[in-house]
Amino acid sequence: MSKNSDAAARERLVARAAQGSFLAGLVVLWYLATNAWDVSPLLLPKPQAVMRELGSVLRSGEFVGDLRITLGELGAAFAISATGGLVLGYCVSQSRYWTRVLEPLLSAVYAIPIILFLPLYVLFFGLGPASKIALGATISFFPIALSTVAGFASVEPIYVTAARSMGCSSYQLFRWVLLPAALPVILTGLRMGFTVALLAILGSETISSVAGLGHRIVSLGENMHMARMFAYILFVVAIAVSLNAVVSALELRGRRTY
Amino acid sequence: MDADQVAIRVRGVSHEFGRPGEPHYVRALQETSLEVVGGELLCLIGPSGCGKSTLLNVMGGLLAPTAGTVEVGALSVRGPMPQEIAYVFQENALFPWSTVVDNIKVGMVFQGVPAREREARARKALQNVSLADFAEHYPGQLSGGMRQRAALARALALDTGILLMDEPFGALDEQTRMILGEDLSALLASERKTIVFVTHSLGEAVFLADRIAVFSARPGTIKATIAIGEPHPRRPAFMTSAKFHRLRDELYSLLHDEMRKTLSAMQGGAGGGEEARP
Repeated sequence: MSKNSDAAARERLVARAAQGSFLAGLVVLWYLATNAWDVSPLLLPKPQAVMRELGSVLRSGEFVGDLRITLGELGAAFAISATGGLVLGYCVSQSRYWTRVLEPLLSAVYAIPIILFLPLYVLFFGLGPASKIALGATISFFPIALSTVAGFASVEPIYVTAARSMGCSSYQLFRWVLLPAALPVILTGLRMGFTVALLAILGSETISSVAGLGHRIVSLGENMHMARMFAYILFVVAIAVSLNAVVSALELRGRRTY
Repeated sequence: MDADQVAIRVRGVSHEFGRPGEPHYVRALQETSLEVVGGELLCLIGPSGCGKSTLLNVMGGLLAPTAGTVEVGALSVRGPMPQEIAYVFQENALFPWSTVVDNIKVGMVFQGVPAREREARARKALQNVSLADFAEHYPGQLSGGMRQRAALARALALDTGILLMDEPFGALDEQTRMILGEDLSALLASERKTIVFVTHSLGEAVFLADRIAVFSARPGTIKATIAIGEPHPRRPAFMTSAKFHRLRDELYSLLHDEMRKTLSAMQGGAGGGEEARP
């Protein structure tokens, strides 16, 4: 047992080391390309310059306004899609007829790249945060609704029969049987929804907007401030990675019970 | 409860799945009548698909019969009766997301037991099935035999007069099954319960039952009833006695024709396939 877990730990360590050296190799390549091989700083700024700009961005606190807008859009979009997806998913899952009718429809719409409709969203909701919220909510609604339907539909009938034989009310059935049985699948859907909402919001900010982190990156690029643009990209990547880590940890915690 | 008072009265129960003419139409039970005496363990045995589980579900109010009535005491059964009847299912009816003790407590939540009584009753039920040390385990961490003990503890904690058991040991290996059978017999000797027990196993039926109701092939009805007449708790020595063998042979000859009928109905008269275990 302990021998096995030792071997597994060593394997994990080796994998981590390989991932780390891959990233370090990329940075070395970046350094050589810009310092020794004369790649134009308009295409690729030097890593030293980017780090300097990153320091200046963080010290000056000029990012706060854009960060607040992007996170606000993300929060609003996710709140709307989670509420809508969970409620609609639960209602659909309770009827075999509506599951049969609506599930293929939801799957089909999920497969459409909804970002293509961004111009329509901008037309309806304007260039401000409203269009980003609406698009993010639409895109993340589908994985949440679909996994909610799947989660409730996959509850073993024997659990329901057993609970009924012990006299449960419909509220008790939901609270003690249906919800915990469906939770692992639903949590996965919520995590996927969160990830695609973040992608959609950053993406649409870079295409047409007046504020937000995506907008800041594009406008720096258009004004040829390449080092500062790269600094912002690093900053957004760090934010996205930490948000995803938090959401994955929450998902794991919610389903740890078995 | 008096020994010969009727605990469950089944009168002319028939049940059909689907409607005549539909591809999945099945007549599961036909005109079945039965009386379960208070304090006895009645085994229902019969060929596959003869409707014994259907009858059990009708008795427990989980299934409304197409015709006929069931009475428990003075009450007519119209749905689940959690105050009178507890169930033990074949396998995996424990909730995998809860620990063993929480599984037992949630059953009492459903039944309506006051919160302050639940903990003590759950612990006592676990002690009765020798699982006290596994209260905080999840069902997935237990063996099949221990899971069925836990399921039995969940039913016992509900403190009902009647237990309905649907092949509760059916998925277990022979040795575990024998041990659980002995324990159930010991439990019967100490606590008065009325138990209806569905099984496929002739040996299990003779070892556990006070009476055995033998089903005909589908559409099932009760063909004969055998009384065992042996006090609980029963010991392994009973299994090697001449009486045990005589009763099991009697049961086998009653069942044999019905199993053949079922087999030829399933296979259109061809041989092979599922074998009838003596």
